[in-house]
Amino acid sequence: MKIDIQDHMLVPKHEIMTEEEISEEFSDVDYDFKDLPKIRSEDPVVKAIGAEPGNVLRITRESQTAGVFITYRIVEG
Amino acid sequence: MEDIIIKVKDTIAQLNEEEKLDIDFPDSYIEDLAKAYIKNDLTDDELTELIRKLKQAYDRAHVEAGEAVGTVAAQSVGEPGTQMTMRTFHYAGVTELNVTLGLPRLIEIVDARKEIATPTMDIYFDEERRNDEEFVRTLANQIGKSTINDILSDFNLNYGTMEVEAVLDNKKIEEKRLDREKINAAIEKAFKKVDINGDEIVISSSKDSKSDSKFVIRELRLLADKVRDLQISGIKGIGKVIIRRDDEWIIHTEGSNLKEILDMEGIDHVRTTTNNIHEIGEVLGIEAARQSIINEAQNTLSEQGLSVDVRHIMLVADIMTSEGVVKSIGRHGISGEKSSVLARAAFEETGKHLLRASIRGEVDDLTGIIENIIIGQPIPLGTGSVGVKMDYKNE
Repeated sequence: MKIDIQDHMLVPKHEIMTEEEISEEFSDVDYDFKDLPKIRSEDPVVKAIGAEPGNVLRITRESQTAGVFITYRIVEG
Repeated sequence: MEDIIIKVKDTIAQLNEEEKLDIDFPDSYIEDLAKAYIKNDLTDDELTELIRKLKQAYDRAHVEAGEAVGTVAAQSVGEPGTQMTMRTFHYAGVTELNVTLGLPRLIEIVDARKEIATPTMDIYFDEERRNDEEFVRTLANQIGKSTINDILSDFNLNYGTMEVEAVLDNKKIEEKRLDREKINAAIEKAFKKVDINGDEIVISSSKDSKSDSKFVIRELRLLADKVRDLQISGIKGIGKVIIRRDDEWIIHTEGSNLKEILDMEGIDHVRTTTNNIHEIGEVLGIEAARQSIINEAQNTLSEQGLSVDVRHIMLVADIMTSEGVVKSIGRHGISGEKSSVLARAAFEETGKHLLRASIRGEVDDLTGIIENIIIGQPIPLGTGSVGVKMDYKNE
């Protein structure tokens, strides 16, 4: 039986961002989106959602302090 | 509740539009506002006032740009750390299972050790089998390590024939819910000269009996130990298991193998976890490892009756996982990879870093804190983190 690791309580929601979403999200920040925290291309979740190197992932964490917290990671090539 | 949350959001949006307050609260604040609204039976004007007050408090609580958050986090974790016990105690509630706690465990977490001293798993079951004792016990024996020694009723060394005679105990096999045929297969696979006759098993040394008589008895004893220690069930990496019932059946294990356990039938693959952070990183990804660092560090601290603000721990976890792999704080991890030579030399192994930098011809840009302290310049922190630039257009 192969289980879906995305169901696990420790794994937050990962989504691949489209080009438009990236340009919209990172238009008014004073850092380059290429300097975002990284995630390896061999990461099990990256494999599960089929992300490619260079993709930016939107990660929706459940945070103890903020309720819901959205963060981003870039898939390392 | 839902409609109150919408109402709070609408009020905030209205305030933003009318007074340009630029309010952007996290979801948990909005929920708290809604709860306060219901609990204290506030009027709409009072809610508006509350939001205004909250906005002021929220802005005051914000970390200023240039604040040394890492140093504050280090102090906030370090000070209660001095109160922690240096000793390892037993796991709360389960006397037989030994788990590293206190300071040694905290060091293990921030050092990101690959091999932790006491790996352990908490295995939960899916909804149908949560209360099925028979299923849980069967599975526990499949997971936990059992050897021939656990199912013996009689064991003899026959020095006359130079054979090991073992008699298996059917009751114990039944109790452990093991499969007789699998046991036989395991024995036949492990030893060459085996004679299985019902419960009785006779094993003789695979070497020729002609060999030097001085060593024959020793060999027989070694063979006997091998027979006793032959593993007949269990998952790789897992030793003892403890079955416990709180509200539902839970299995605690000594040793850990998350990947194989999660793939088993009947396991709750949402809540089943291990305390080995590297293993979580490999099986569930870097984000899960980050969450696990936070959980483990917070549990270790609160277990000792210490409370550290979770934001400090979050910062540590964020830094440890920012490169996509779990990295340690310290010489081999974060501090060892700073770009500045002087900063690295100031931390540990001064000579090594200076020598290597001089061989490679490294350049120090003096952008960090440590290097500027060393050469006696203002540090880029707090008020020092801003500079002055000329506006060329308005000459």
